[in-house]
Amino acid sequence: MSRIIINRRRLLTVAGVAASTLPLAGCDALDGMLSSGATARDVMAKANGLTYRVQRFLIGADSLAKEFSESEIRQGQRPNGSTDPTDATYIALRDGGFAGYRLDVGGFVDRPLRLSLDELRNMPSRTQITRHDCVEGWSCIVKWTGVPLSAVLDEAGVKSEARYVLFRCFDTMNLGLSGEVAYYESIDMLDARHPQTILAYGLNGEPLPVANGAPLRLRVERQLGYKMAKYVRSIELVSDLAPYGQGKGGFWEDLGYDWYAGI
Amino acid sequence: MSTAIEKHDIHSQRTTIRRHGFMTRVTHWTWAFALFFLLLSGLQIFNAHPSLYIGEQSGFAFDNSVLSIRTVRGTDGNAEGLTTLFGRSIDTTGFLGVSGPQDSRVYQAFPGWLTVPSYHDLATGRVVHFFFAWLFAATFISWVAASLLNGHLRRDILPTLSDIRGLPGSFFEHLRFRFHHDRSYNGLQKISYAIVLLVLFPLMILTGLAMSPGMNAAMPWLTEVFGGRQTARTIHFVTMLLLVGFFAIHIFMVFAAGPLNEMRSMVTGRYRIDPEPAEGGAER
Repeated sequence: MSRIIINRRRLLTVAGVAASTLPLAGCDALDGMLSSGATARDVMAKANGLTYRVQRFLIGADSLAKEFSESEIRQGQRPNGSTDPTDATYIALRDGGFAGYRLDVGGFVDRPLRLSLDELRNMPSRTQITRHDCVEGWSCIVKWTGVPLSAVLDEAGVKSEARYVLFRCFDTMNLGLSGEVAYYESIDMLDARHPQTILAYGLNGEPLPVANGAPLRLRVERQLGYKMAKYVRSIELVSDLAPYGQGKGGFWEDLGYDWYAGI
Repeated sequence: MSTAIEKHDIHSQRTTIRRHGFMTRVTHWTWAFALFFLLLSGLQIFNAHPSLYIGEQSGFAFDNSVLSIRTVRGTDGNAEGLTTLFGRSIDTTGFLGVSGPQDSRVYQAFPGWLTVPSYHDLATGRVVHFFFAWLFAATFISWVAASLLNGHLRRDILPTLSDIRGLPGSFFEHLRFRFHHDRSYNGLQKISYAIVLLVLFPLMILTGLAMSPGMNAAMPWLTEVFGGRQTARTIHFVTMLLLVGFFAIHIFMVFAAGPLNEMRSMVTGRYRIDPEPAEGGAER
């Protein structure tokens, strides 16, 4: 009997000691190590380079993101990020039904292009029902229609110096003290040439709505949503990402997100 | 002085064995370290969209939500934390949805003391999560390879038929806090370690990969096996809860069974076992 009593007393002690270890997570202690520019954060961020190389090795150049059937479209594309750009040029174009819109294609190309929306629509088109995965964690399945980026690149003729495709956008994001910063993004030539990488002008069989990036947005189906620039204004083929923005290759990348968003 | 001598005498009757091999100890502590950061960065990532769904996509125009943690305006005008599980809502103000002291409330799903960084920063949460995910997976692969080669898996982890038969007895002995310090793990230990190491760990890695749009192109079947990307995300979360549950019991058991001896066995490998049959029999 006495043994059991001792055991119960011991149980309480044990419970108390065990419980005291739970609030271990005084996590603001780690904040300094993780702030932008801190060595520990930079070291950990190198894991993204490993993810990039391993996924590139595993995935293969042309393997497709899963495509779905019409019956799996149950909703529109959830608008997020910029949903209604306030740039004056953009508002003028929008009010004119984007008739005056021209997509500039430049940088390391043989023939710089200025393409109207009609010209883009008359190029080869691709329609795909894919799942959009946001970095926040949610997903939406919708149907995108657009011109394969590779068709535009072929028309312009890509020079051998080009290593990345840079997308400049009409929308600006408010960064408080730093003021307004224009959205931009970049992808490598392998993703640029991927069959599902399109400049979309249609969503679920309708013209692309303003909230989703009208008149033209990028789809890079094997990466997360923030890579898929909306309100695309111009395309530039570049050899290096360092001269643009803060040098990380995109608006969100400059704020600490990984350039490769395949995970 | 006399007690010291007595202790010495007791000790001399007991045998110390080499319980945990080098690989077991190294992987144990690497996992412990990695899982700590994976949990806290995972909750940071969850906070970016604190809802879980069943299926491929997240229902915005329809409802396929199983769990959501929201901040809502209460009837009195103050912000309330509202956690909804399978359509049933619970007020979780103070912990989930709304947390922090009255004068500086924080409106996020999991409170800052459960996330890294403590403030809202999805980008850094992802950097931390994927760094430790690589460490975790590499450790797991090393452990599987070593445990197959050196027999650890078959000898110590996989429960035998007699382990399974002895489970009810072992269970009630644990409930009464009667612990035997034997040479090998008891049935209940084997079953728990086997579930954690051979079910929950691989499940965590695979559901994580199933959420990656890149891996989804490489192996679409992986996401399909789990019933879609959002279901994979839900399973990833539930597996986290199960691992947290295991951790709580695990720590409790270490303290209950003798923290110094247990801790030493996982640091140096040496473990003091109970005197064999004669005295051990009396305790049964």
